Amino acid sequence: MSQTTKTPPPSAAPTEASNRVTLGWSNRLLARPEVGALVAAVVILIFFLIVAPAFRSPASFFTVLYASSTIGIVAVGVGMLMIGGEFDLSAGVIVTTAALFNAMFCYQLGINLWVGAILSLVFCLAIGFVNGYLVMRTGIPSFLITLGTFFVLQGANLGVTKLVTGSVSTPNINQMDGYQTLKAIFSSSFRIGSVTVEITVIWWLLFVAFSAFILQRTKIGNWIYAVGGNADSARAVGVPVRAVKIGLFMTVSFLGWFIGMHTLYKFDTVQAGNGIGNEFLYIIAAVVGGTLLTGGFGNAVGVAIGAFIFGMTSLCIVYAGWDPNWFRAFLGVMLLLAVMVNLYVKTLSTTRKVG
Amino acid sequence: MTPTRPRRGLTSVAVAGVAAIGLAACSGGGAPSKDSGGSGGGGAGDNSGYTLAMVTHETPGDTFWDKIKAGANQAAKNTGVTLKYSNDPEASKQATLIQNAVDSKVDGIATTLATPAALTGAVKSATAAKIPVVAFNAGIDQYQQVGALMYFGSDESLAGESAGKRIAKAGGKNVLCVIHQAGSVALEARCAGVKKGIPATSNVQVNGADDSSVVQSLQAKLAQDKSIDWIVTLGAPIALDTMKAIDQAGSSAKLATFDLNIDAAQAIKDGKIAFSVDQQPYLQGYLAIESLYLLKKNGNDIGGGKPVLTGPSFVDSENIDVILPFAKNNTR
Repeated sequence: MSQTTKTPPPSAAPTEASNRVTLGWSNRLLARPEVGALVAAVVILIFFLIVAPAFRSPASFFTVLYASSTIGIVAVGVGMLMIGGEFDLSAGVIVTTAALFNAMFCYQLGINLWVGAILSLVFCLAIGFVNGYLVMRTGIPSFLITLGTFFVLQGANLGVTKLVTGSVSTPNINQMDGYQTLKAIFSSSFRIGSVTVEITVIWWLLFVAFSAFILQRTKIGNWIYAVGGNADSARAVGVPVRAVKIGLFMTVSFLGWFIGMHTLYKFDTVQAGNGIGNEFLYIIAAVVGGTLLTGGFGNAVGVAIGAFIFGMTSLCIVYAGWDPNWFRAFLGVMLLLAVMVNLYVKTLSTTRKVG
Repeated sequence: MTPTRPRRGLTSVAVAGVAAIGLAACSGGGAPSKDSGGSGGGGAGDNSGYTLAMVTHETPGDTFWDKIKAGANQAAKNTGVTLKYSNDPEASKQATLIQNAVDSKVDGIATTLATPAALTGAVKSATAAKIPVVAFNAGIDQYQQVGALMYFGSDESLAGESAGKRIAKAGGKNVLCVIHQAGSVALEARCAGVKKGIPATSNVQVNGADDSSVVQSLQAKLAQDKSIDWIVTLGAPIALDTMKAIDQAGSSAKLATFDLNIDAAQAIKDGKIAFSVDQQPYLQGYLAIESLYLLKKNGNDIGGGKPVLTGPSFVDSENIDVILPFAKNNTR
């Protein structure tokens, strides 16, 4: 009796430990979500440098960065949300909602634009909260909940604007108090040498850096991966799943508000029907950047590269001067290419891991 | 009895029209009026009691359709017509809406024919039920074979061609035509018209639902082809985005646009837009309803069997002072 109990435990522990695979630095690098996207970005970049002469200038490159930033800023939030295992289809129209709210509220009441901007932020955060709360409370997939929000906002954007202004676009707000300071924050640009740098590019890089820091270096980041990987086990080990997910939805609506402010202070008026369809661009940027559609995997730099691939592809088709009727077809091929290169690099890394 | 009635109708239309113009002039400078369509008649109009349906392919959210509706509402008010407006950008659903109007036995139907083939069946079922149908805004070449009695609108190809000729006369050499909605027959026809007027015209496609993306794409295009000296946009909001793109690309290209809105009218006054090719949507909506009223009331037929053209009407530095107040009132 004493013999049988003694022997097994000591021998089991060491064998398990020796079965662990330790990865070399190259394998560890390839296993990172953004590497596939980075390779795809470089391939597409070189391709367009060859076929599109107009792209070979610093000015063009910064136009591409601007295009990437207007998609990329919201994509930062959408990417984090997707890592957390949820979708937000209302992210495109909330941009328009934010801008409409600010413009109409201030114009009709004749008050300082700052007041409207802050109230608009509160309103957007509330929408994000409702999205998150409903998803957590009802257990209905976020795809459906935010599809509902998407339709509600789309209709309310038009209906309320029409009701308030009698038209479907907002009045021009560039003569109102607070316009200059808000424009400086959200949509100014400055020149470095021959290139114009839009401030959204700077904001984008800041948001990406901040998001990367949160995801990789903080407890909250671990929580986000945990709730996206498996919400039930996360809850079992004490992660506040509900708070994390609601927070993620509110992050998306905050960033949507941010781009809404950019649109408003760049163009001075907003058309109520705008923003529809952009929600998919954010999701595309996240997925091209290596975020898993099922959650639990991805990172901020990858999403940023995804947005860059999208911005670069959509503008470089113009730089290359290709037939505009084929625009979408080219775009589709390029995105497929990006995803396939991404996948190829990832398979490469996993096969090495096994062998 | 019959000779007096139409005259009374017409005078009241004129009275209400004058009243509308008077009101329009008053509210010119200030905040936009609450309902531009409802500012007219009050009790001045006829009390015909007809119910007319207006069915369009409006995509919700375009300021252009506000003017069509404002015109239609004004005409309905002037003539005492109950107006039922419905819209769907998808052809098959628009056909269903026309069928709905037929089923609810309205007195007349005004519809746009952006997709004539898909709507033929529904229009035929209306004429079979002896409900008169007029077409407006789109369908100039097909309205008769579809079965519509009259047509009010612009000839897109002709409008484009005259814009092109005007640019050629102003010394334009390399024109860029901006299509903001993929696969639209009307927009393609406009650009094709411009090309007819000035052969060195190329097209570019942008996403009209996203202002930043329009600016970015045009900046890219202006960098790609630096010899572009004129840009033609096909909608007023796109023209405003284009002004930003021209500015940011440091280009010296001149700008012309189709259609008007408040800001575009102001830009014409400021000299930033050379001219606008206006198809007068307010007039299209107004005439579509007015013509049905006259047809029911007095058997009138407008246009002598030919389409009635509401455009192209050029708006430039010479006449902008007259038109600007109306643009501010959202009726032009």
